Formats: sequence, C-alpha cells, structure tokens
Amino acid sequence: MPSARCSMLDRAENQTGSPPADRDTAPGLVKFRGGGFTPKAGGASGWIALALVIGFWQLAGSAGWVNPLFLPAPSAIAVAIYKLAVSGALWHHLSVSIMRIGAGWILGTIAGIIVGFAIGLSSLARGVGITFISALFPIPKIALLPLLILWLGIGEQPKIATIALGVFFSTAISVYSGVDAVPRNLIRMAQSFNVPFHAIVRRVIWPGALPSILSGFRITASVALLLVVSAEMIGAEFGIGAFVLQAGNLMQTDQLLAGVVILSLFGLAVGRLINLLETRLLHWR
Amino acid sequence: MDLIADHISHRFGALAVLDDVSFTVRAGEVVAIVGPSGCGKSTLLSILGGLLQPSGGRAEWRGAPPPGSLNPLTFVFQDFALLPWCTVEENVEFPLLHTGLDLAERRAVIDDALRRTSLSDFRGSYPKQLSGGMRQRVGIARALAVRPAILLMDEPLSALDSQTRELLMEDFVRLLGGGAMGAVYVTHNLEEAVRLADRIVVLSRRPGKVREVVAIPLTRGERGDINARGKLLALQNELWALIREEAIDAEREVQHA
Repeated sequence: MPSARCSMLDRAENQTGSPPADRDTAPGLVKFRGGGFTPKAGGASGWIALALVIGFWQLAGSAGWVNPLFLPAPSAIAVAIYKLAVSGALWHHLSVSIMRIGAGWILGTIAGIIVGFAIGLSSLARGVGITFISALFPIPKIALLPLLILWLGIGEQPKIATIALGVFFSTAISVYSGVDAVPRNLIRMAQSFNVPFHAIVRRVIWPGALPSILSGFRITASVALLLVVSAEMIGAEFGIGAFVLQAGNLMQTDQLLAGVVILSLFGLAVGRLINLLETRLLHWR
Repeated sequence: MDLIADHISHRFGALAVLDDVSFTVRAGEVVAIVGPSGCGKSTLLSILGGLLQPSGGRAEWRGAPPPGSLNPLTFVFQDFALLPWCTVEENVEFPLLHTGLDLAERRAVIDDALRRTSLSDFRGSYPKQLSGGMRQRVGIARALAVRPAILLMDEPLSALDSQTRELLMEDFVRLLGGGAMGAVYVTHNLEEAVRLADRIVVLSRRPGKVREVVAIPLTRGERGDINARGKLLALQNELWALIREEAIDAEREVQHA
C-alpha cells in the first residue's frame, strides 16, 4: 500500500500531467553532486612533480638543449653549492645575511608589536598610528636605503634599519588587526570578573591576537629575506645578495643559482620554524 | 544583598532603548526579564552588571554580599564566553587568578565548582572538545567559583538544543533552589521564566518600560509537581497575552528596518 506521502506526490505529478523533461528529472538513483571544492595537500604528488621538473632540467642540460651559461644543469648547481660549502664561503655569506635578517627582524618585530598593541588598545594611538602607517606602509622600504645610508653611514646599520622598517609596518598591521579580532565578549567577560587591565591584555588579548601575529611573522620573514637580498645587492661586500650579484656580474650562473637555491632553502626553513611555532602555540584551535 | 534598578533609561545615539525601568531583586530571589525582541532586556542586564553606563538612572546594590563572595554580580553569558586556549580547569580558574587566593585555595574552589556542575572528568578538555551544553556548564562553573550573590544570566540556554536546555534548566533549579544565590534571568522563553523565576518583569517594546511584574505563586519545588503544570501553563499564557501584540509589532518593525 503506498504511503500518504507517495500518494500525494503521485497525485501532484498526475495533476501537472507533464512527463519528465530529461534524464536528470527521471526517477532513479539520486545522482551524487556533492564532490569537489575540498582540495587536500600532501601525498607524494608534489615531490614527484618537483623530481620530474629537475630531471627534465638535468636532461636538457646534459643533452645540450640549453646553453649552460644561461641555465646550468641542477648537477652543476649542486657542485657549486658543495664547493662553496667546502671553501667556507657559503657560511661566511650566509652568516652575514642571517645576522642582518635576525637583527632587522627582531627590531622591527618588537617595535611593531608595541605599536600594534598601542593602536589596538588606545584611541589616541589608533588615531595617530593608523594615519602614519597608512601613509608610510606603501613606500617600498628599499627606496629608503640611500637615505638611511646618509643618516647612518655605510655599514650594517642602514641594511638592518631597512629590514626593520619593512618588518615593522607588516607586524604593526597584523598585531592591531589581531587585537581587533579578539572577540569583545571575551573582554567583557574578563571585565565582568574585575580582571585588571594588564591581565586582560596578557591572558585574553595576547593569546586571542596570536594567530594573526603568527600569520604576520610568516609575511615579515619573506619581507626580511627580500629586503636583505636587495640591500646587499645595493651596497655590501658579503651576504647572499652580494654573492648572487657578484656571480651574475662574472657570468658564473652556476654560483648565481646556487645562491638562489640557498635563499629558497633558507625561506623554507624559516617557514617550517613558523609552522612549528603555530603547532605549539595554537594547539587549541 | 539586594540589586536595584533605579529609574534606568538608556539610548544608543538617537535610539531610546530603555525608559525609566525600576525594580528590585531581593537577596536570594530569581527575577526573570521578558519582553518582545529589541526591548532592551540584554542592555538592562549589562547595566545591572556594570558593563554599560546607563544614559539615565542607576544600578545599585544594598546590603552586604554573602561572606567569601569574590564577585557579587556575576554573568553567565549566552555564548558561554570561554577562553578557547584554556582548558575547562583554566577557564574556571581565570576569574580567581587576581583575587588573592593562593594555589591550594584556588584548587579547592575549582574542584568544588567542577563537582557541582558534573565537570570533574572534563577538567583537562578544551572548549572545542565540548558540546554546547557542556560549554555552558563551564560558564556556570566559572560563575559559581566566585561565589556570587546574584547571577546575571543573559539567555543562557538559547544557544542550546531542547534536550540540553531541559537538563541545564534542572541544574539551574537545583543551584538556585537553596535561596543562597539570587539571579536576574533574561529570556525570550516564557516556559523557562515561569519555571525558574520568583517574579517576572515584563518589559514593553522599545523603549522598554516595566509593563507588569508577575509573581509566581508556587515555590520552585512545587513547580516540579505534575499538578502544578496547569497553573504554570496558565501563567505562561497570561504572560504571552501581555506580550503577544507588542511582539508582533516588534517583529514587523524588524522586517521594515
């Protein structure tokens, strides 16, 4: 015996009297249509693709399809990296760059966090700070290097200051955005328990803003890397940027690309470090 | 300790939300506030709890809070307001950290609050690992930990499913049954109001004014009795009759806004 629901549906179909227009409206199995839009990373596909590209590149170099002066084979780049490492030049250039990045990033980050929190918590600081940040953030910081050299002299200071400036603005923006994103109900909750201001900042606002601050670190690490290479190309004897520029001037493309590979590995290592920080500090998400 | 709403009015810019609202919550009494949407119930609760400065009038308490009370007026929030980076135990400990209690005292208070809310087995869990009902229990445990004189509850059950609501309502009846702790209970749900409150303040549509104060002529113990169901239903209908026309108007106003 058909159910009441079925009878009603049957009757409705009979009333309209129109047969199904195509296969999609014909009775039968319900067609699955919920797939896609959930891309997943991982698996071996990425490494396989990378190996294929490097393999093809090596083949093109070995077979003489491309001039090694313009594009040396991966094996030649590996040999160049090995020689650089053995001679000690790799560590010398890398350590100078790391020192500049580290000093600039730490200075810019500390200043950015202080200013970002001030903007996030104080109306006066917000009024003044956002105006200045909006005006100065779009300036490519490398354009200020000549001015910084005039102010600070030739040496490490202008390079570190350029990196610090680049890091400062992105950090300040990510910090005050993070503070703004802390749910107000959590702050009201803390206030309703008479929790003092400093404790609200430390126990509610800081951890609430941390996801945005760590995202900012990811951006500022890239900015610092970009600026150190640019600054070293403009005025430095040592450092990965200076090394890449010198290799280019001498048409030593294997060395040039060795420098580029080292920069890439350095960027990857920093990214991994930030991933670790996120896993450790944001485990509650 | 009595809590007094003394001629409270409030405006958000040009919008008048509350108009000359006065009533008293006596020690150990549960007062529900009901009214049409947008009549200022939550605003009134924020003013009573000191989270919002009223445009006119004032909120004040009279009499001494119970001995050992660390926060006489304590909120239980609709959205739980739990710190997602803290465990259940840390959330309950949060308001105690700046009260001068030492670690052993805090531990004792936390253990007691978790036991009273049946959360002892979940003390190491994070909020994201808990159901909505359990999260609200954490909110209640946190409130109990500071030994309040009056709980300020802003629709504490509205974000929960009906079964969880029922279970938590039983908890509220039990917790407020002793008369040691009073409450102001803001709700849309008239059934919750008649089940829990000693008196119900009915607000008019915006700007909210006290339209009527309805006393419930049964103790909370009596309300669990099957014979009391008819009386409670009649009260609920009486309240709905008071609110219905204005609720429809308020709904229309929202649609036209």
